[in-house]
Amino acid sequence: MIPAFLKRVLGVLGLFWLVITIVFALVRFAPGDPALFLVPPTATAEDAARLREELGLDRPVVVQYVLWATSVARGDFGDSFTTRGPVLEILGNAAPVSFGLGLASLFLTFAIGVPVGMLQAAFRSRPVDRILTVITTTVYAAPSFWLALALVAVFTYGATKLGLPPALRLPAFGLSTPGASLSGAAALLDLVRHSILPVATLAAVGAAGIARYTRSGVADILPRDYIRTARAKGASSARVYGRHVLRDLMPQLVVLFALSLPGIVAGSVFVESIFAWPGLGRAMLAAIEARDYPVVMGATVFYSAAVLLANLAADVALPILDPRRRRAP
Amino acid sequence: MTGLKVPRDRTIATATALLVGVAIGSVVVPMFANTDPLGVGDIAATGLVPPLGRDAEGAFHLLGTDRFGRDLFVRMMLAGRISLFIGVVGSLLAATLGTLIGAVAGARGGLIDRAIMAITDAFLGIPRLVLLLLAVAFWQPGISTVLIVLVATGWMGVARIVRGEVQGVRARPYVEAAVSIGASRRRVLWLHILPNAVGPAIVAATLGVGNAILLESGLSFLGLGIQPPDPSWGNMISGGRDLIVTAPWVALVPGVALILTVLAATLLGDGLRDMLAGEGAGTARVVSERA
Repeated sequence: MIPAFLKRVLGVLGLFWLVITIVFALVRFAPGDPALFLVPPTATAEDAARLREELGLDRPVVVQYVLWATSVARGDFGDSFTTRGPVLEILGNAAPVSFGLGLASLFLTFAIGVPVGMLQAAFRSRPVDRILTVITTTVYAAPSFWLALALVAVFTYGATKLGLPPALRLPAFGLSTPGASLSGAAALLDLVRHSILPVATLAAVGAAGIARYTRSGVADILPRDYIRTARAKGASSARVYGRHVLRDLMPQLVVLFALSLPGIVAGSVFVESIFAWPGLGRAMLAAIEARDYPVVMGATVFYSAAVLLANLAADVALPILDPRRRRAP
Repeated sequence: MTGLKVPRDRTIATATALLVGVAIGSVVVPMFANTDPLGVGDIAATGLVPPLGRDAEGAFHLLGTDRFGRDLFVRMMLAGRISLFIGVVGSLLAATLGTLIGAVAGARGGLIDRAIMAITDAFLGIPRLVLLLLAVAFWQPGISTVLIVLVATGWMGVARIVRGEVQGVRARPYVEAAVSIGASRRRVLWLHILPNAVGPAIVAATLGVGNAILLESGLSFLGLGIQPPDPSWGNMISGGRDLIVTAPWVALVPGVALILTVLAATLLGDGLRDMLAGEGAGTARVVSERA
């Protein structure tokens, strides 16, 4: 058990190193000189050269690579070109926002997607299933930024136009009401109200995908013998689905959890941009605009580390949840 | 693989019809439009007409106009040219690259296989949108950049599927038979192994079209993909973003064509997968990354 676990961890570390290398190669072999973007247009060539030297961009690529890889290994992502402060500080300030957004969305994704998929499988080819299939497939096809804008249109523009009660006029900007100094429960309520539209956007897209997979996964499980046995023994539907089906579905859900993380990341980049949430995605987009290499690279490494860790967690959890996999190496 | 007969499946037929409809519309509608979809007219008279409305000059606009008085329906179909082209070509090229890489890994085995799969897994470890952003950020935005980057970040899923299929097919008796009568390694791979392994790759490529369109529109939405005045569904949605409270149709209308197209590609991929699965060709379940 322990050697297998160690092997997995080593494998993930190896992958992490490859990721770092890919990120470095993509950035350094792209055309364009960041120094030229950072000096004012009136600056001379000498100014640019001095800046290049200052930022270490004049050294051989191999040296830059070794320096970067070793500092990343130490948890140091260098300094931002624009703020001159440590990249880790920028990412560290932004990460909790993205983490909270992602966690809330992931939770809702599964809390909504799994029951919907089960309902569809239980009523397969009946009207309920058909209607839900149309809804989930359409939402699944919609880009998160479009859904976000549609929600904003309905709950701001539409809410005033349709005369909805003020409670339904949801804020679509930032994390808290600007200028309002709230505390305690009021501040929490304010945060929740600001979170509804962003989280709903991400959860809708995620839940639609999970429902699609749950539907086909459950459809595979339902004909199995032990389900028939459970029903023959008189188990209620709730017990059959909540216990027997869910148990067999669990390993698939764990894999889906790991696989759906990149999607949540992608969605959060758009959602943070639209709702002006100061998270990793917005930090990365701002850094791209400013050609702030270290921040862009750091954010990429951050996101990748999250995905790799989720995969590792799923790998480790699988044999615990699924006895059939326990003997596999 | 003899799977691609005349589609009898209703899902496949509907999805194909929808895709063909959008494609024909995107070619034909801008050709017969009586207004210039890129030009700017009398803004005060023709700007921001709501859907099904008439502007001050009396012209009817099915889906309304944007702030410059440009007809949104015509622009949406014109944008379809670029978005569809990028989606289909980007996905096809990515699937081709993935098939080649996966075939080499699966057929060679050993150290080459392990090295290729490690690199594949590392690419998969970076969320695709982030990888796209990273690549696009430092290159000149435009159609060719978006295409190259979509291919460079989209081959991994297909490579893994094809590798698995090739490994499965390699052990079949007819491959052994071909080897035993002295067929070269390349001939065995191209004539005997690959044709029997590409079914799931075709499914993945079809599902990939929807993905590529979503990612292209996402990049264009962020201003890192197709640049205005060339319309793409993504940059049209982005263009209406600041009007979302006053004239929401400008941003929301182009999304309808986008959603219909992605929906059709997804349904087509699902239909093809079910058809292949019925023939026992193995299922390709690709959890795809959405924009």
